[in-house]
Amino acid sequence: MADWLGPEEWQAVALSLKVSLWAIVLSLPFGILTAYALARWSFPGKQVLNGIVHLPLILPPVVTGYLLLLTFGRRGPVGGLLDDWFGLVFAFRWTGAALAAAIMAFPLVVRAIRLAIEAVDPRLEQAAATLGAPRLWVFATVTLPLILPGVIAGAILGFAKAMGEFGATITFVSNIPGQTQTLPSAIYTFLQVPGGDASALRLVAVSVAVAMAALTVSEVLARRAAKRVSGA
Amino acid sequence: MSLEVDITHPLAGFDLRVAFEAPGGVTALFGRSGAGKTTVINAIAGLLRPQAGRILLSGVPLFDAKARVNLPVHRRRLGYVFQDGRLFPHLSVRQNLTYGCRFAPRGEPGPGLDEVADLLGLGPLLDRRPGALSGGEKQRVAFGRALLARPGMLLMDEPLAALDAARKEEILPYLERLRDQSGLPILYVSHSVAEVARLATTVVVLEAGRVVRAGPAEQVLSDPAMVRQFGLREAGAVLPAHIARHHADGLTELAVSGGRLFLPEMDQPPGTRTRVRILAHDVIVADRAPEGLSALNILPGEVVALREGQGPGVVVQIRCGGDLLLARVTRRSAEALALAPGRRVYAVIKTVSIARTDVGAG
Repeated sequence: MADWLGPEEWQAVALSLKVSLWAIVLSLPFGILTAYALARWSFPGKQVLNGIVHLPLILPPVVTGYLLLLTFGRRGPVGGLLDDWFGLVFAFRWTGAALAAAIMAFPLVVRAIRLAIEAVDPRLEQAAATLGAPRLWVFATVTLPLILPGVIAGAILGFAKAMGEFGATITFVSNIPGQTQTLPSAIYTFLQVPGGDASALRLVAVSVAVAMAALTVSEVLARRAAKRVSGA
Repeated sequence: MSLEVDITHPLAGFDLRVAFEAPGGVTALFGRSGAGKTTVINAIAGLLRPQAGRILLSGVPLFDAKARVNLPVHRRRLGYVFQDGRLFPHLSVRQNLTYGCRFAPRGEPGPGLDEVADLLGLGPLLDRRPGALSGGEKQRVAFGRALLARPGMLLMDEPLAALDAARKEEILPYLERLRDQSGLPILYVSHSVAEVARLATTVVVLEAGRVVRAGPAEQVLSDPAMVRQFGLREAGAVLPAHIARHHADGLTELAVSGGRLFLPEMDQPPGTRTRVRILAHDVIVADRAPEGLSALNILPGEVVALREGQGPGVVVQIRCGGDLLLARVTRRSAEALALAPGRRVYAVIKTVSIARTDVGAG
């Protein structure tokens, strides 16, 4: 496969995989926490949080990208601090691409997991509490196993979104080969140059293959988890 | 180990205002649907925070509105058996049973997994999933799971209500064994008079958020004032008895304080203590010793009280020996027999049923 793809194309595929995996690793824990808060807790500002979570889904991706640039850029309020404290730089790095992908995937991750949490009977969690289990233990041993199919679905959905993310990424971290040129950016670039059609087509094929593989894996995992949960 | 409850809480339509004490044994919280029973038991378990009042277990406050004590659910150590079982669907029966074990205080005495599985007949089910169990089996697992968490008390919210009659009969003996062998106090919420008569040692009658009567089961069940709450068809007394002897013609003779009762043959040996239930509509009242009747069970007694209801019926409370019986007669008969407190009568009993057998309590 490495022979079949040119070095530049291969670079884009590898980068996209890396960026998307990181995006999911980043957004899953926050996604589960946010989904749990939205599904189970009542607190002031819940609707505001819900709105903020969904913003990337509604806003034009370019707007999200620009907001990220303003916030997480070298001179941005958060970006500057992260650079000073941890030496963590997002602007025009693959880390920024991962951040952009995570933010764009976040609403999808939260929605899938929230639906799963809402489907869990809270009376099961009550039953666990009457048996002496503290809240966190109840979450880890009852809630989490029961929502696993939803978590897997959310992760796959988020991964697919991250793989396809274009607008926010190109606005936030530009389109630097080897650094921030993900699959969609690469396809876009190849289409802009004469004779790039073949490269673009090969990357399109890779995109389709990755999407199909992700879907298959998620189906298998979700079916296995659902079988465990059904209790049969 | 006893439970003291004194709480108020607003409910739709009325305020719940309940105070009662549950000593050892089985305390039945009886009431029609919507009387507030589940609210009370949930408040005790900590699943609901009452507006005011307090709940003490062996003198230790679980909840005290004034002192701002409200122990979280997982620290109350009350084993709760829900009407719908609530087994964890993703865990095996064994994992369900042992779920609470790791939180049980170290060194706390109590039965282990093997003993509980034995007590409740769960051995063959241990490796199954809850989805593959029948309703009765699920409830038995729920009993075991609550028991294995080593609670200070068991709370049961209509644990048999979701089961059909056959499953109830199948599970009741297990429940009786659980009661007799665990020694734990049990608060048993129910709207079934038959279950209360069979299991309870203490009865608390709840109506529209108020306790209308509380006391030992024998007294509350034979109180003519409670006939309305228990329902005309279900009202009846329970009497302590013991097996006197078995007769060759297939009858078992039971001794009650007011005389002898004959029942179809029982399995237990003579001396076994038991409890019989005699429904009010199964008792005929006679003013002299009846002759030429096929009824075997006739107890002499004395009328203690009469209570007239809405219809043509009168409920008569009769003292037979040290126990109280209820009889339902028509007002016309009551007048014809000149029934009044102090009148000597004979209670002709059409049907006696065994309400409960105390296993091993010779």
